[in-house]
Amino acid sequence: MQPDRHAPPPSLSRSRIRAFRLNGRAHAALVADHVLLLDYLRDGLGLTGTKRGCDGGECGACTVLIDGRPRLACLTRAGECAGHQVETIEGLADGGRMSPLQRAFHERLGTQCGYCTPGMIMAAEGLLRRNPDPDEAAIRAALAGNICRCTGYVKIIEAVQSAAGSAR
Amino acid sequence: MTARRNAWDVVGQPTPLIDGIEKVTGKAQYTADLPAPGALVGSILRSPFSHARILRIDTSAARALPGVRAVITGEDCAFTYGVLPIAMNEYPLARAIVRYRGEPLAAVAAVDEASAAAALRLIRLEVEELPAYYTAHAARAPDAIPLHADKPGNIERAVHHRFGDVEAGFAEADLVSERVYRCAEVAHAQMELNAAFAEYDPARDHLTLRSTTQVPYYVHLMLARCLAMDMSRIRVVKPFVGGGFGARVETLNFEIIAALLARAAGGAVRLQLSREETFLTHRGRPETEVRLKLGMTRAGRLTACACEVVQRGGAYAGYGVITILYAGALLHGLYDIPAIAYDGFRVYANLPPCGAMRGHGSVDVRFAFESLLDAMAAEAGLDPFAVRRANLLAAPSETQNGLRIESYGLGECLDWVERASSWGERRGRLGPGRGLGMACSHYVSGAAKPIHWTGEPHAVVHLRLDFDGSITLLTGAADIGQGSSTVMAQAAAEVLGIRLDRVRVVAADSLLTPKDNGSYSSRVTFMVGNATIDAARALRARLVAAAAERLGAPEEAIACEHETFHVAGEDGREMAFAEVARAALARDGGAITAKGSFTCPVAFQGGKHKGGAVGATMGFSYAAQVVEAAVDIDTGMVTVEKVWVAQDCGFAINPLAVEGQIQGAVWMGMGQAIGEETRYEHGLAVHASFLDYRVPTILDSPPIAVHIVESIDPNGPFGAKEASEGALAGFLPALTNAIADAIGLRPDELPVTPDRLLEALAKRRRERRLARALEGVA
Repeated sequence: MQPDRHAPPPSLSRSRIRAFRLNGRAHAALVADHVLLLDYLRDGLGLTGTKRGCDGGECGACTVLIDGRPRLACLTRAGECAGHQVETIEGLADGGRMSPLQRAFHERLGTQCGYCTPGMIMAAEGLLRRNPDPDEAAIRAALAGNICRCTGYVKIIEAVQSAAGSAR
Repeated sequence: MTARRNAWDVVGQPTPLIDGIEKVTGKAQYTADLPAPGALVGSILRSPFSHARILRIDTSAARALPGVRAVITGEDCAFTYGVLPIAMNEYPLARAIVRYRGEPLAAVAAVDEASAAAALRLIRLEVEELPAYYTAHAARAPDAIPLHADKPGNIERAVHHRFGDVEAGFAEADLVSERVYRCAEVAHAQMELNAAFAEYDPARDHLTLRSTTQVPYYVHLMLARCLAMDMSRIRVVKPFVGGGFGARVETLNFEIIAALLARAAGGAVRLQLSREETFLTHRGRPETEVRLKLGMTRAGRLTACACEVVQRGGAYAGYGVITILYAGALLHGLYDIPAIAYDGFRVYANLPPCGAMRGHGSVDVRFAFESLLDAMAAEAGLDPFAVRRANLLAAPSETQNGLRIESYGLGECLDWVERASSWGERRGRLGPGRGLGMACSHYVSGAAKPIHWTGEPHAVVHLRLDFDGSITLLTGAADIGQGSSTVMAQAAAEVLGIRLDRVRVVAADSLLTPKDNGSYSSRVTFMVGNATIDAARALRARLVAAAAERLGAPEEAIACEHETFHVAGEDGREMAFAEVARAALARDGGAITAKGSFTCPVAFQGGKHKGGAVGATMGFSYAAQVVEAAVDIDTGMVTVEKVWVAQDCGFAINPLAVEGQIQGAVWMGMGQAIGEETRYEHGLAVHASFLDYRVPTILDSPPIAVHIVESIDPNGPFGAKEASEGALAGFLPALTNAIADAIGLRPDELPVTPDRLLEALAKRRRERRLARALEGVA
């Protein structure tokens, strides 16, 4: 019941310089070994688009892309990202232009309260990069780890289909 | 979506949310996202006891820990809080007695999370444990001690309502059935974790609280009460909110605790709850038992209804009195029933407090009602649609408990779902293990009588126009993702004849926006929508006056559409909006603020009987749905294949959002029907994660075809009524009726999990074997 997740045994926590690419830019910083990528992004860098929705690995709200594949930032240590490409929702809009998925989620109401949306869009982005023309079953499989409490998922599926269609 | 004639330019058009771009780009800032450099971290110590007398809480070691800036307990706040003025019986931190496992006992503010957690571990509790009750039955036992001294027998509220001649109604029935239904407790499970960010300025004695709330005004009231501060020293702001569904329609303990910590520490405190703590804060739909008896003629006409409801409300009052009243009041208003008897019991138990959840009070009773009606239709050899059609209401009319029905599109809803699902051709012909079921439901468009009767209007909106020609709409209404800000912007743009993007909305900041009661009981579109129209008309009048003066025409002759003011019936004489705005500013002495308001007339505020205000509304939404389900009798798995739902929302101001709301409501009903339930072991919440509390995933979720019925309510804004709650309740019985169609077994307990269904199937096999054996004996 106590929020102990940030209190590792001090002996385990060392800090090292870590270098990775974040949203296309080179990034290097001193990162403590125990720090989760979610906390590093949110508290360390102020990239609060990536959300926390559960106590670890249950809801998908913190989904980011690591080397193009969807990963849960709440189950990934920031230090593990050294040498890899990390992408968050903030990096998706190219020069301020919404990506096809962002536009589709907006225009087709794939987002209501918006809290699951960044994770949902990143998971869908990972899917469309592997499979630009997914059928409905593939969309459902790719988003099975992302909980949305508003939409019943109907318009989320429509949004992903629409984004895939517009990219074709 | 239905193609339809639309006399309007902006309303009635499918419109993406005006704050949607922030949500899809990650720019939207929710409470936990707000920059808080230097803020302290708050953390709460929760009770490991279900029911205990607090003898001592020793915080000395915690206080002495480096990095700890404040430690508070129940000793630091002697004021109760609660949403109902008649039932404020909760302390932000327990005092004297703790009544559920997870109830806050103490809280700390420290420089970081590790220090806060370490401090909590150093707090010592001395208590004397008391007997604890985890079911309504146990809490009502003759020897049970009361959780609250003023409520003997642990009955928070008993309701006994009689309308019409119930005895005579049952006497004239050809068919009378009675059955007991049970529904597990469920939780909102809104995606955003509960969080509050409190900033206290000791030099000025000012407090600012930003929080995950649907009701900033109620939070403001309770902060003033619990901190004994003048309301003018408090500011409450609602940032982006990640869903609510009723979880946040009353002030919650963590909001007051954050403020108390900030004041004790003399600075800023961010308090972010875990998912487990968010579940423990609760306020969900109570575990409910419904004993229902219906009388019906051979032709399917209902003659009488007798209903007893027992709700296990948890340890504190919250909205409990309202919930138990809604459960009875909304037996009325969907069908024409000549006589209704209702007995409701709201019971305290040593569990997290229940509260309001989408479809507040109506859902479990509607499950029972539509289930029994379906069973009786089958027994009488009548089609389920025919039975509903035999009992339709007329509009306008008034129900026996004083509810006004001004618009009623249920017949059209029934027609559409029957046709769209090919009910006549497909029902009973889908093959083994597959079935179709249907049900109806309804909900209020805002409670016509407010909780706090201050004499003020139900809603107030300000519109501001300045030199830049943009319109700023100021409203206290809390957009929590349902799209209320978008609806208000559309309404203002429509009345003013301007582009939607000329209107910007500032919402829910007590420093800037007029007070609003909040986003609950689906009141916002109806009430704040009407207030917006009123404000826009007031602003338009001033613009028209300026345009008339410049164009040299009488005001009555000036029309405004597509951003142009012109003289009606004439060619040529016109002015662009920006030009008129400048003229109006010059004429009116500078920047213009126009005010609009809305008040529900007393005639709509319900019957004169005790509790008669609950259920009263200016407009009911109506919904019908058909569910197609597949049942695997070997595994007990139920799969929802498809849903067809039609809802009468009066008029869809934003058809895109209305569709989304209806889909979300139906789907939330599905969660309750097939898998969601809270579970407690000796008062310990064992469901408090998304692994144990089974919200449907995208893999479990069916296509949901929506049809919008527009009955054009005479009092609604542009004819609109509510759209986000009415369809929820119907899903539950539509599913169990589909299961009955598929396998001939009628579940009377929710959720219909595989183990419950397998048990029911085993019971049926035993009964059949017994029947065959008895036949053999005979």
